Amino acid sequence: MNKNETAAAETQTAHNPEYLVEIQHERLSFFTPAGEVKALNDVSLYVREGEVLGIVGESGSGKSVTAYSIMGLTAYPGRLIGGDLWFNNHYINTMTEKQMRKIRGNEVSIIFQDPMTSLNPVYTIGDQIREVILLHTNKTKQQANDRARELLSLVGINEPDKRLKQYPHELSGGMRQRVMIAIALACEPKLLIADEPTTALDVTIQAQILELMMDLKKKLGMAIILITHDLGVVAGTCDRIAVMYAGKVVESGPTDDIFYHPAHEYTKGLLQSIPNLNEQEHKRLIPIEGSPVDMLNPPAGCPFAPRCRSCMKICLNRPPEYTHLTDAHFSACWLLDKAKFEAQGEEKN
Amino acid sequence: MEQTKLVEVQHLQQFFPVSGGSLMEKKVVKAVDDVSFFINKGETLGLVGESGCGKTTTGRTLLRLHEPTDGKIFYAGKDITHVNMLPYRRKMQIVFQDPYASLDPRMTVGDIVGEAIDIHHLAKSSKERQDRIIELLSLVGLNSEHANRYPHEFSGGQRQRVGIARALAVNPEFIVCDEPISALDVSIQAQVVNMFEDLQEQMGLTYLFIAHNLSVVKHISNRIGVMYLGKLVELADSYELTFHSVHPYTRSLISAIPIADPKVNRAAHRIVLQGDVPSPVNPPSGCRFRTRCPYADKCCAESEPEWKEVSPGHFAACHHLDRVK
Repeated sequence: MNKNETAAAETQTAHNPEYLVEIQHERLSFFTPAGEVKALNDVSLYVREGEVLGIVGESGSGKSVTAYSIMGLTAYPGRLIGGDLWFNNHYINTMTEKQMRKIRGNEVSIIFQDPMTSLNPVYTIGDQIREVILLHTNKTKQQANDRARELLSLVGINEPDKRLKQYPHELSGGMRQRVMIAIALACEPKLLIADEPTTALDVTIQAQILELMMDLKKKLGMAIILITHDLGVVAGTCDRIAVMYAGKVVESGPTDDIFYHPAHEYTKGLLQSIPNLNEQEHKRLIPIEGSPVDMLNPPAGCPFAPRCRSCMKICLNRPPEYTHLTDAHFSACWLLDKAKFEAQGEEKN
Repeated sequence: MEQTKLVEVQHLQQFFPVSGGSLMEKKVVKAVDDVSFFINKGETLGLVGESGCGKTTTGRTLLRLHEPTDGKIFYAGKDITHVNMLPYRRKMQIVFQDPYASLDPRMTVGDIVGEAIDIHHLAKSSKERQDRIIELLSLVGLNSEHANRYPHEFSGGQRQRVGIARALAVNPEFIVCDEPISALDVSIQAQVVNMFEDLQEQMGLTYLFIAHNLSVVKHISNRIGVMYLGKLVELADSYELTFHSVHPYTRSLISAIPIADPKVNRAAHRIVLQGDVPSPVNPPSGCRFRTRCPYADKCCAESEPEWKEVSPGHFAACHHLDRVK
C-alpha cells in the first residue's frame, strides 16, 4: 500500500482484513442526458478468500456494475459518488489508473459474458495469452509461451500447440470461453470475476465450463464472484449469494439459507416463478407482477414495493434497513420488522 | 381431449446452400434432416435442443417461411407443402424470439397489431378495427392507451405481449412460439408463460413451443421432441421424457440443467458431455451424436439408428437403447 492509500484508508471506516473484497455503502450513478441513473444505491458486500459469491439479479439491477467497480472499470458517464471499496488491502477509491493497471489481470481478473466478442479477432490465441504474462511477470517470450501452453492444458484444451497459433474465429464458443478463462488465470489471481460466463453457451457446454471453473477454484484457491441471472447455476456452485434488485443488495446469505429460508419478498418471488424440472405434476407458476424499476425515477421507499404482494404503507415511503436473521444472512425488508412494529404499537396503547 | 391431428410433418428436410469451398462442389447445411411429427388439436408440442440443432428452422419451415427441400406438411389433413399460403396464414401464426427486433420501430403498437387485420380484411370499418385492436391488447394484459405508443417505449416483457397480440389478431388456431421467453428477465418469464397457458385455454390454441430451456418447455408442453444436429432423437410425453428418457443425448441434456435447489444439485450425478456439437455442414456418419456419446461403438458410425417406438407414444433413435441404463 502506498502513502496515498494509507492516508486515505485511515480516514475511512474500519475495513475487516479477513475479507478479500469489502464494499461498504457504495453509491454509483450514471450521469446520462436523460438524468442521473442511480445504478448502485448503497451496496455493501464482502468476499472471503477462496469463497464463491453469487450475485443474482435481473438486467439493470447493478450486478455487473458492482463487480466492475472493484476493478475500477466504471464506464463513462458512470461515477462513484460514495462508499468505500477494498480489495486485497488496496483502498480502491483513491487508486490511480496506473496503480489499477498493476492489479488488473494480476490480482483480479474477469471473464465476460460473450466469448465471441471479448477476444481480439486479429491476434492469435497465443498472442493474447502471452500478452498478459509478459505484462505482469518478468518471463521471457519463450517462458511465456511455455506458460501459455500449460494454461491451455489446464483449461482442458487439447493440442495446445496448434491452438496457440489459431485465431478466435477458428474456435467454438465453449473453446473461446476456455481461452478467456486461461487468460484470466494466467497470473493466478486472488479473485476471478465471472460476468455471466455461461449465458451465451448451450446447456451441455455450460455444464463443462462450470465444472472447469469449480475444478480450477479447488486447484488454485482463488475466490470467485459469479454474476448470473440463473438461480440454477448459483445453487450448484456458490457458497454465498447476494440478491440484487434496482441497485441494492436486498438479501444476502449462505446458499442454503437463500434457497430454503428466503427472507425478502423478491427472492421468494423469484424462486416461485421458475419451473422446476423435477416437479411431478403441473403447477401454475406464480409470477412477480409488474415491470422492472425505471432507474431514472426509482421509488422513494423500498425499490421492490410497487411489485410486492405484501407491500405496506411504510414500504412506499422509507427504504428498509438490513435485518440480520443470522450472522451471515440478512435482508432489507420491512416485513421482517413487522413483529417489532406491532410490539411497539401495543406499548403505545 | 379429442385427438385429431392439426399439424403434421413427414420426413421434412430443409437444406441451405453454403458459400465457400471450391467452385465445383456445392455444400449444404442439413439444418433439418428427415424430421416427422404431428401435433394434436389443442395440445402443446415442445421442441428442445442446443443452438444450431434445427429447431427454429423446423418451426419456420412448417409455416413455409422457408420452402422445404423435401417432405410433406399437412394442416388439418390437407397437404399444404405446395399451396398458396395466404388462407393458411390466418390459421397459423408465429411469435418470434427477440421482441426488440421483431417489431417495426416506426409503427405504433396499434398499427403493428392492426396490420394483420388489414391484410386479411377482418374489419369492416375503422371503428371495428380500433375496437379489435383494443380487445387484443387487453387480452395480452396491455391497455388501450398503449395503442398509440411506439415499441421503444415498452419493456421487453411488454414488447413480447405486443408480438403475441399481433399473432392473435387473425384468430389463429395454431401458433409457433419460437423461443418467446428467452430474451426476457426471469421475473417476467413466468408472466408470459402463464399468459400462453391462459390464451390456450380460452381460445383452444395449439402450440409448437420451441426453446432451449427444458424446464420451461416441460412446464408448458404436453409432449416434447428433442433435436440434435437436424434430427429428432427422442419424442415423448413431457413427464415420460423428463423422468424416463431413453436416448443418451436427452439424458445428458437433462442432467446438465442446473436445478435451483442446492441439495438436489449437490446430490445430482452429472453426465458432462465431452467436446462440442459438430458442424452441421459435415455431420458425423451414422448416428450424429456418436462423437460425444458415451455408448458409441462401430455400429453407430456405420448406420443411422432407426426411429423406433419404445413404448406407446415414446419414440427414440438410438442403436443402444437396451444398454442405456
